[in-house]
Amino acid sequence: MSDLHFKTISELAAMLAAGETTSVEITQAVIDRTAAVDAQVKAFLSTDAEDALAQAKASDERRAAGEALGPLDGIPIGIKDTLAVKDQPLRCASKMLENYVSPYDATCIVKLREAGAVIWGRLNMDEFAMGSSTENSAYQTTANPWNLETIPGGSSGGSAAAMAAGEAIATLGTDTGGSIRQPAALCGVVGMKPTYGLISRYGLVAFASSLDQVGPFARTVEDAAILMEAMLGKDDLDSTSIAPQGETNYAAALKEKKGPWKLGVPQEFFGEGIDPEVKANIEKAIDWYKSQGCEIVDISLPHSELAVPVYYIVATAEASSNLARFDGVRYSHRSEEAKDAMTLFTKSRGEGFGDEVKRRIILGTYVLSSGYYDAYYLRAQKVRRLILSDFEKAFEQVDAILTPTSPTPAFKRGERADDPLAMYLSDVYTISVNLAGLPAISVPSGFTKSGLPIGLQVIGKAFGEADMFAVANAFEKAHDYAQQTPTL
Amino acid sequence: MQYEAVIGLEIHVQIKTRTKMFTAAPYEYGAAPNTLTDAVVLGLPGTLPVLNHTAIEKCAKLGLMLGCEIAEVCKWDRKNYFYPDSPKNYQLTQNEEPLCIGGKVEIELPGPSRNVEGEHRWVALNRIHLEEDPGKLTHEAFETVIDFNRAGVPLAEIVTEPDMSSSAEAVAFLNCLRNMIVYAGISDCDMEKGQLRCDANVSLRPVGSDKLGTRTEMKNLNSISNVKAAIEYEIERQTEILEEGGSITQETRRWEVESGTSFSLRSKEEAHDYRYFPDPDLMPVQMDRARVAELEAELPERPLDKQRRYQEELGLPFTITSVLCVDRELSEFFEEALKTHNAPKQIANYITNDLLRELSAVSEHGESAHSVSQSKLTPAHIGTLAKIIDEGVISKQIGKEVFTEMFATGEMPDAIVEKKGLKQSNDTGEIEALCREAIAGNAKAVGQFKDGNEKALNALKGPVMKATKGKANPKMLDELLKKLIEEGE
Repeated sequence: MSDLHFKTISELAAMLAAGETTSVEITQAVIDRTAAVDAQVKAFLSTDAEDALAQAKASDERRAAGEALGPLDGIPIGIKDTLAVKDQPLRCASKMLENYVSPYDATCIVKLREAGAVIWGRLNMDEFAMGSSTENSAYQTTANPWNLETIPGGSSGGSAAAMAAGEAIATLGTDTGGSIRQPAALCGVVGMKPTYGLISRYGLVAFASSLDQVGPFARTVEDAAILMEAMLGKDDLDSTSIAPQGETNYAAALKEKKGPWKLGVPQEFFGEGIDPEVKANIEKAIDWYKSQGCEIVDISLPHSELAVPVYYIVATAEASSNLARFDGVRYSHRSEEAKDAMTLFTKSRGEGFGDEVKRRIILGTYVLSSGYYDAYYLRAQKVRRLILSDFEKAFEQVDAILTPTSPTPAFKRGERADDPLAMYLSDVYTISVNLAGLPAISVPSGFTKSGLPIGLQVIGKAFGEADMFAVANAFEKAHDYAQQTPTL
Repeated sequence: MQYEAVIGLEIHVQIKTRTKMFTAAPYEYGAAPNTLTDAVVLGLPGTLPVLNHTAIEKCAKLGLMLGCEIAEVCKWDRKNYFYPDSPKNYQLTQNEEPLCIGGKVEIELPGPSRNVEGEHRWVALNRIHLEEDPGKLTHEAFETVIDFNRAGVPLAEIVTEPDMSSSAEAVAFLNCLRNMIVYAGISDCDMEKGQLRCDANVSLRPVGSDKLGTRTEMKNLNSISNVKAAIEYEIERQTEILEEGGSITQETRRWEVESGTSFSLRSKEEAHDYRYFPDPDLMPVQMDRARVAELEAELPERPLDKQRRYQEELGLPFTITSVLCVDRELSEFFEEALKTHNAPKQIANYITNDLLRELSAVSEHGESAHSVSQSKLTPAHIGTLAKIIDEGVISKQIGKEVFTEMFATGEMPDAIVEKKGLKQSNDTGEIEALCREAIAGNAKAVGQFKDGNEKALNALKGPVMKATKGKANPKMLDELLKKLIEEGE
């Protein structure tokens, strides 16, 4: 049973049902694996083995009593440090929340618990989800398990690296501009961002409220579908959550939907800045779909070139306001130097936030300020609508859109750390999807010559998760990329 | 040069709801500090606001009461500023599109004396919008403490046009506004409890000019007398500056109750840039027109409309209507009593004189303010009492005794009359005999009456009333005595 930690949810669910293993055994395997490799990978900010094993034991007792809850019952799932788990640290990889413990569960955590999942550990990330390499964590730099010298992507780098290294059976991340899909691509795992509103944001520490979504990392598309089914739904605690529309039995639908599909390929996503190996890899994947009888349609998303600037206006504006609550008054870092209310704010925030967070707060404050609001924020919102309408036009012709997830494979640590603009371009293919509120998934599509993973992005229609999963699943099942694991 | 003041008010009213504006945490005044909070109130990481639809409806109702137009959509903006009483360091409010637009309030200025009705006029409103109350800071000797109980309480901000010209108008406006809000059940408007708070914008301009001068905004006006004093102080301060050839600085000032003066909090240059933008956590709410029409139909009659109706249709004097109409409960009690006996004047008198006197006597005996609904009397008590007096069952004099008794016990007046045998005596035989005795026993009074002194009759009535324990019908007694004296001549 030494490889339990690399098995999929559906494999383990079958084994648990057949009595071939127990949740305690699976959870212990994950704990042992983490103990063995996390000194190198540094995916976790903290773990609570005792708590995880207690949940696993409860799962085994349910099963023994004939009350097993479904495919997630007893499966250890790692959680990004920006999602609230009751009585566990919630630091968002920031000094600002160094000693903060959440008094409540996020809605997605409540739903996973209701499905019997074992909530496991706190996964590293870029501070407050701002970054694309996980180097902006105030605590540690996570390594890409495929090459420890390279970054795992970000901001959900810990969630992606833990999957690649076998430190969890699945993990949760959050995706504001590509923070699930880009690290999934760079770490060779499946990562998915749902339609905006499909999963409640309650308990997700807000970075950019109109863009943030919770989503799963998994070994297979099917596993991601299982996790989505457990977490989706309208939540009374999140006014922006929406009751699902259309097919939501994703895992079952996967096996029935076989295509062929009409698939769009936007030329704008294959131009300047793309790594030649990535380009060739994605073109090969597109050819595979063609070979399966899919119709490939050249489409245009003309406003997508504006996605990065629009994103850095909208997201930073919202962030500048969302992060105002970290002020040293109630629960966040409080400066010892504070002498009055004003220095309590300025010193606590000056000490508590890292450089990238400060940069974005300053940018967001600027674009909202009197005299600049119309030129930046309001105009960005107008362009955002144009980006959405590009997608809507495209989806009149096609069932899904295929693009690279990231323009490059994992880059070396420190390579872009001092060049924010180069870092921002890591998300050039993922950002427009958040601005349009659409679902998208990154599925492993091969490796570079140097052995770094590459990801294919499948973008679906709003609430078109079932088709999106099916398109991604067809590719995954025809290839063995998802089954490969790094050597640690 | 002669100057005139131009005054606009911004009034914050806490809307009375069971729970807060964006979460299920409850609110009540006076609870132990920081006991009425939850994760959302404290702005804990990951929490989100959820709309309290009752607060939206109550604010719309307030707008309808004040003649506003109700917006098609209820939208939310963030007002960003750092202050320790603000858990999120932004306030959810309505900047671009307020829920209630325009509106006007009828006010009644003080008359030349308390008994004389003053002039009425209308004050135009600019808007009413909804927002959340911040927490409360208390500055102690060496530290400042924060109570977040108040944080997140639904707050309606009523903004008038610069449409008043004296402290008297501002005070009249606040009184009339408060009556209307209490009438509509939107807030208790207790200024001591912070349920109604007022800021005043004051500017001066030469008399006859239609151009507005530079204004100042005065904060911390937590009673009507403060509003009056602060406006008068500010008019005087600005007048002095202008008369000395100076100019007014646009600034926010704080009123100091103790010293009766104000000082500058911040100038225009130091004013916050609130960086308003639409809140991305709350969805705009479409205001259902049918529901708005329902809310409008539910509105109570406005107090000054009621006063006019009582004067014009029921013939009640201002001295009575001014007491009856400021209290919705009292006026409804009055109208209910009319259903038992349609005698508006008598019933209004019983309520505004006897009932209010007894109620205030109870309050003075150490119990908390006593209202009509807390007394044992129902409208039927008062109606019945007026009725049996008008029907001659008891005299007005006996009526006072019955009132005291029924106020104390809650027994119906007819039952008291029955039990105590207070029914007015119309037995002419018995009374005639007593009258003859009285005439025979007081020749002096008879003589005086004959000489034209009508009052002398009272000396004859006394013994008869005494003998009948006051139950003799006084009118009948008068007639009988006169007849007997005439006959005796």
